[in-house]
Amino acid sequence: MSLIVRIKKDFGTFRLDVDFTAENGVTSLLGASGCGKSMTLKCIAGVEKPDEGYIELDGTVLFDSKARIKLPPQERQVGYLFQNYALFPNMSVRQNILCGLCREKDKSAKEKRLAEMLRMLRLEGLENHRPAQLSGGQQQRVALGRILVSDPKLLLLDEPFSALDGHLRDSLKIELRDLLSRFGREVLMVTHDRGEAYNMSERIAVMDAGRLLCVKPTKALFADPGSVQAAILTGCKNIAAARKLDDYRAEIPDWGVTLETKQKIQDGLCAVGIRAHYFSPAAQQNRFPVRYVEEMEEPFEHILQFRYAGQKEDSPPIWWRLPKDRRPQTFPAELGVAAANVLLLYE
Amino acid sequence: MTIDWYPLYNSLRISAIACVLVFFTGIFFAYYAAKLPRAVKGILDVILTLPMVLPPTVCGYFLLLIFGVKRPVGAFLLQHGIKFVMTWYGGVLAAAVVAFPLMYRTARGAFESFDRNLAYAGQTLGLSNTYIFWRIRMPACRQGILAGTVLAFARALGEYGATSMLIGYTPGRTATISTTVYQLWRTDDERGAMFWVMVNLAISTVVLLTVNLLETRQKKAVKA
Repeated sequence: MSLIVRIKKDFGTFRLDVDFTAENGVTSLLGASGCGKSMTLKCIAGVEKPDEGYIELDGTVLFDSKARIKLPPQERQVGYLFQNYALFPNMSVRQNILCGLCREKDKSAKEKRLAEMLRMLRLEGLENHRPAQLSGGQQQRVALGRILVSDPKLLLLDEPFSALDGHLRDSLKIELRDLLSRFGREVLMVTHDRGEAYNMSERIAVMDAGRLLCVKPTKALFADPGSVQAAILTGCKNIAAARKLDDYRAEIPDWGVTLETKQKIQDGLCAVGIRAHYFSPAAQQNRFPVRYVEEMEEPFEHILQFRYAGQKEDSPPIWWRLPKDRRPQTFPAELGVAAANVLLLYE
Repeated sequence: MTIDWYPLYNSLRISAIACVLVFFTGIFFAYYAAKLPRAVKGILDVILTLPMVLPPTVCGYFLLLIFGVKRPVGAFLLQHGIKFVMTWYGGVLAAAVVAFPLMYRTARGAFESFDRNLAYAGQTLGLSNTYIFWRIRMPACRQGILAGTVLAFARALGEYGATSMLIGYTPGRTATISTTVYQLWRTDDERGAMFWVMVNLAISTVVLLTVNLLETRQKKAVKA
């Protein structure tokens, strides 16, 4: 099971240029909206044509601009779950799912697989409903069922939870993750939500402005994003330009501090990042006096904004996020960060 | 008094056939125009919409320029026994040309508002493009297509200018309701003219009522 994608497409003001390989399991394309994630999926599915490049799935060439190969979407065996599910409004649940079985010619096999799918997705009794009569979660299940019965080699999910309410989203995440592990094929998911990417995928590819920055195992990416864009996308709140002083020390001019790091600093360091929940009054490393400027209360945590004593006036305040039950009576005059928690960001 | 029902028969067959022709050609052009590059699309759009904004007599004039029996195309067709001037099927041509933009534009509007993801989803599921067109795109654009068809039929039925230029008025041969109304009025047969006006009103009312009925039924079917 492997997917090789190397495509370019020019939109005038925007250039898509991605190059990655994905294997077994769930890979997420994480990026801000409009960065070309969905376009990448569409090119893989074959409903959009890249200007040039190469796409291969399990040894089958789907697209090769040099050899002039372009398999039509009907022959690619790539399932595509659209953001709005794209259920056919004029057809019932049953008819929608049967569309995914259009390659199956044997009538009894068709009915059998339809019944199996309805049972697996708990859609029994809804066979004759129209999509408009279903809840968001049911619609998603029908759309998935329609795809899964067609037995695709690769499943593409385009922002699968964006059309759902927050409450429903969490329970569907778990449900979909189970379903995908049973499906046992390769999955490529597009999302702008780092939480979803973290929950759902083994691997994350970070995209920014039409380019693919890196592909890393999920936990490795969050532990070490490696670039400013990846740090922002993984939710790092505090990022500032940095200059390497020696192998384990970096100067942060905007914050007026010098930080110790645990990782060895390579040449080409451009910035450091510190996640908002990494600050601690107890940490002994990278401890500096701070001045608090703003406090914001969230349902289950506090967000404090502070400035280092020597911080430049025009640089934004630093975020500190802490659980409510750990909010101290008096705010500490000094805050520290473990050297291991200083993220090194390169060009 | 005996009524010559020929204009009713002729009008209905002309507009029905023109409507069917325009239905398919309008949808065809609307579908493919949406796929063309913008510059070509703009030019094609102007040409295809012109008959709607030109006075129908001007359309009739152009039709005569092309299909007049002394013109190359007209003469060529005449050799093969086809004559559009002064024949009832010339009326079909005139009505179709004038009604075409109504179908084309409404169908195009419907196609443009069609959710492309539906077609993409069909393709990735392995459905053929023909199936997607007839079973997914057309039903989704049903209201627009239906509206276009009705408008085209009504316009074809009411066609006067191009028709009178191309096929004139011959009782029992090329007479339509609208040309008959004018002819009777001109010859001071006010009652006759009134009669055909009433017939025309009745047909239009029935058509519009049918459309409304179909619409409400579809809405009910979706809700049920």
